[in-house]
Amino acid sequence: MVVGLLGRKVGMTQIFEPSGRVIPVTVLEAGPCHVLQLRTEPRDGYEAVQLGYLDKPRRLASRAARGHVAKLDSKRQRRRAAAGVESTAKADCEPQRFIRELRGPVDGCQVGQELKVDIFAEVKAVDVVGTSKGRGTAGVMKRHKFHGQRASHGVKKVHRHPGSIGCNTDPHHVFKGRRMAGHYGNARCTMRNLAVVRVDAANNLLLVRGAVPGPNGGLVIIRGTNKLR
Amino acid sequence: MRSKLLDVAEQGSVKAEVPAFEVGDTVDVHCRILEGEKERIQIFNGLVIARAGSGSRATFTVRRIVQGEGVERKFPLHSPRIAAIEVKRSGVTRRAKLYYLRERTGKAVRLKEKSR
Repeated sequence: MVVGLLGRKVGMTQIFEPSGRVIPVTVLEAGPCHVLQLRTEPRDGYEAVQLGYLDKPRRLASRAARGHVAKLDSKRQRRRAAAGVESTAKADCEPQRFIRELRGPVDGCQVGQELKVDIFAEVKAVDVVGTSKGRGTAGVMKRHKFHGQRASHGVKKVHRHPGSIGCNTDPHHVFKGRRMAGHYGNARCTMRNLAVVRVDAANNLLLVRGAVPGPNGGLVIIRGTNKLR
Repeated sequence: MRSKLLDVAEQGSVKAEVPAFEVGDTVDVHCRILEGEKERIQIFNGLVIARAGSGSRATFTVRRIVQGEGVERKFPLHSPRIAAIEVKRSGVTRRAKLYYLRERTGKAVRLKEKSR
């Protein structure tokens, strides 16, 4: 069975061990998630569990989104039922705001099942996938940690510039992959192997050691780590 | 804005009762110190010159003069290593951080005692 959930980053804080050691933790609100659909080898060519997190008001959801989670009455449905075609299983929940698939074996999962944070009770470490904070167009110092140029000694107006970007006549072009200024952040980002510090099933909270990409309130995917020691 | 869920997560790391003390107070901080197997209490006495942070991240800074040299220690308020905080004396202050005392020595460091 896939061990994973969708959730939201609450923020960072620190907690104390009895010895007085401080553990920096990120608090994640994980689940509860509905299983919306199962991807299977014969039907889809791969195995995955589709999860949904956070209810969306029905009036804001498209008919497709509503039909994805619950049976809707339609002419086509009635015709198919009359012809004896079995309709696919539905989760029977509210339309979901954040829907993602987690790859992995689907055995032990059913459509409509509700997954809660207690599935991480036995898990030592998780991977957290989020969207990093967007920084817009950023220069090379911020984006690639270039050192820039000196403050004085004849440097004029180019203190944060990258300097040379290549040779002259010989290659006659700038090599591909040359790091330059440009759009930075707002990209999918994974933090792997974050230790699980605490699982709070009553409040759907998961505390992991270390930082997680994205702003507070950002949506994240949490799964058992795929990093092998 | 700080989420209420953070407070929930910090439960257990925040002391239920924190002794009342303020910037300008002279305090005895009882620190637990581990020496091998044994645990003993060491007292750090000095003037609280700053309090910072909130929740389980709250800290306070204590300054004292040791052999003519200023020594400052920053304690996590909710650390289990801190056994107790005793207020010895309260001084009148007009600001939240007393960093200006770092440039002063001798008599100039004194604060007026708060009338209780």
